[in-house]
Amino acid sequence: MKIYLQLFWTFFKIGLFTFGGGYAMLPLLQDEVVRKKGWASENDLMDYYSLGQCTPGIIAINVATFIGYYRAGKSGATAATLGIVTPSVIVITLIAAVLQKFMANPYVAHAFEGISLAVVALIADMLLDLGRKNIRDWLTAAVFVIALGLMVIAGWSPAAVVLAAIAAGLIPQREKKQ
Amino acid sequence: MIYLILFWEFFKIGLLAVGGGLATLPFLFELAEKYPWFDVKTLTDMVAISESTPGPLGVNMATYAGFSAAGISGGIVATLGLVVPSLLIIILLAKVMNRCRENCRVQRVFYFIRPAVVALILGASWHLAKLAVFDAKTALICLGMFAAVHYFKRSPILYICAGAVLGIVLKL
Repeated sequence: MKIYLQLFWTFFKIGLFTFGGGYAMLPLLQDEVVRKKGWASENDLMDYYSLGQCTPGIIAINVATFIGYYRAGKSGATAATLGIVTPSVIVITLIAAVLQKFMANPYVAHAFEGISLAVVALIADMLLDLGRKNIRDWLTAAVFVIALGLMVIAGWSPAAVVLAAIAAGLIPQREKKQ
Repeated sequence: MIYLILFWEFFKIGLLAVGGGLATLPFLFELAEKYPWFDVKTLTDMVAISESTPGPLGVNMATYAGFSAAGISGGIVATLGLVVPSLLIIILLAKVMNRCRENCRVQRVFYFIRPAVVALILGASWHLAKLAVFDAKTALICLGMFAAVHYFKRSPILYICAGAVLGIVLKL
């Protein structure tokens, strides 16, 4: 029982002090999980990240599940995952409840108009970064253009686009083998 | 009933949103159009609040969207929906991890998924940008913000606070 509580509490703390995406979590994980608890090595952590990135789901959740699972099986995975999401659920619920009451206030409304410009700028920067990392050659550029076309012109749902990309990736590649 | 729909919709997001928390954005955009839970305009508020509060971005967005749809229990149900596919897949995968890692077919699939996800995020954020940027003044501020984000790479919270101050001062 103790290990499950430890896993929950450790990941609760990590969830509470992570701002932003799963990568912001890395230094906290190194400190708590590698240095203090010794639950994983630095290399393990890198492996979990590269797998967490290429498995479905949010990276932060995937990494927490990996560490919890290797530490204490299925229940350990569940404890770690619940730990990492609990702070979000509490904090966001409180903020959303308060905010919905104040949205009618003109100052709050002006503030959020300004914030939405900052958000667009932040997303643009993240997109640029993602694009540079993932669109590296003609093939990936073609996938990008086709996916954009399917979404914008053909009106496909995001799920359909992702499934189509998976299907395209599964088609055996001939040229390389010859 | 709404809880079942919420759980299912976020289960799908957890299953298909590959990559960072931002990858959930196109899916949330679709939800905004499909259900009366929240509108597209509130998506930028969600991103702002999710970025500037503790917790992984994707989880925060799910909780916020679920809360907007059906209150406190809605937030919990949406978050659980998002988490369950990860739990199931990782538990299954952890056993065969090393074999899977070197499997080039798996890597090839992700080689195809990632640029598609970039396209999806671009599509969804284009709509958000159109709502936020509606005249020369907002366009100028947004460009300035982008330059600041791109060259200084400070914490997003800083830019979000700056945006709030600018919004109040300039009465946007």
